[in-house]
Amino acid sequence: VLTAEDKKLIQQVWGKLGGAEEEVGADALWRMFHSYPPTKTYFPHFDLSQGSDQIRAHGKKVLCALSGAIKNLDNLSQALSELSNLHAYNLRVDPPRFSLQFLSQCLQVSLATRLGKEYTPEVHSALDKFMSAVASVLAEKYR
Amino acid sequence: MVQWTAEEKQLIAGIWGRVSVEECGAEALARLLIVYPWTQRFFDNFGNLSSPTAIVGNPRVRAHGKKVLTSFGEAIKNLDNLKGTYSKLSELHCEKLHVDPENFRLLGDILVIVLATHFTKDFTPACQATWQKLVGVVAHALARNYH
Repeated sequence: VLTAEDKKLIQQVWGKLGGAEEEVGADALWRMFHSYPPTKTYFPHFDLSQGSDQIRAHGKKVLCALSGAIKNLDNLSQALSELSNLHAYNLRVDPPRFSLQFLSQCLQVSLATRLGKEYTPEVHSALDKFMSAVASVLAEKYR
Repeated sequence: MVQWTAEEKQLIAGIWGRVSVEECGAEALARLLIVYPWTQRFFDNFGNLSSPTAIVGNPRVRAHGKKVLTSFGEAIKNLDNLKGTYSKLSELHCEKLHVDPENFRLLGDILVIVLATHFTKDFTPACQATWQKLVGVVAHALARNYH
């Protein structure tokens, strides 16, 4: 459960991104494809070379969706409802439990490389919980 | 047997050579106990684990973290025989410590994040990929002798 303190930390950290959503998103996705090659199976239609326009655009999309969720931490279910439908019925990404865990890890590494020591254990914990909550919501309608 | 390219070995050695085993070990274990509080179940006798500050400052956590990462160093010296290197430790974690192997994966991922905070932009995607592979393989070796 996200505490008030967690929410504050998440919003603070996200605030530090200051417009770098596309860069962070692209970096996180690239890291995910590199560290967990099976995740590429969901993007056969993409140019998956480093720095590709599609990866940048998709990274930005993902980060913006997360930004939206962060503005609605008190009601993630509703904020992510559309995306939840999309993942369950259209995309049918292998239960988010697995794939989002890889994206979560890579997003956290991406943030950690940018923030260094500012990515404290408390921030780490809050973000990990947040990504876990996002994964749960996205998996809600799978079956 | 897991194969390591020359580049991967370079990426591992390059980072490891700059790691303070004591600092990183302590930090990784502390974060495990903070981010995944249920893992505290294995450390009931460690004293004060009541808050992130308490955990980070806890001398037993620091000492144990150092021990764990030192052992990791052994893996790095024996990349071509992880099975053999971790055979006894695997039995120990199963028979005496009763640790669910899922925890090895959690600690591995946390170690990667700790390295990312220390090395920032030097922790490139290629670096991360190699280290994710390494922690995965170590976790696997540790789980191997479970029964």
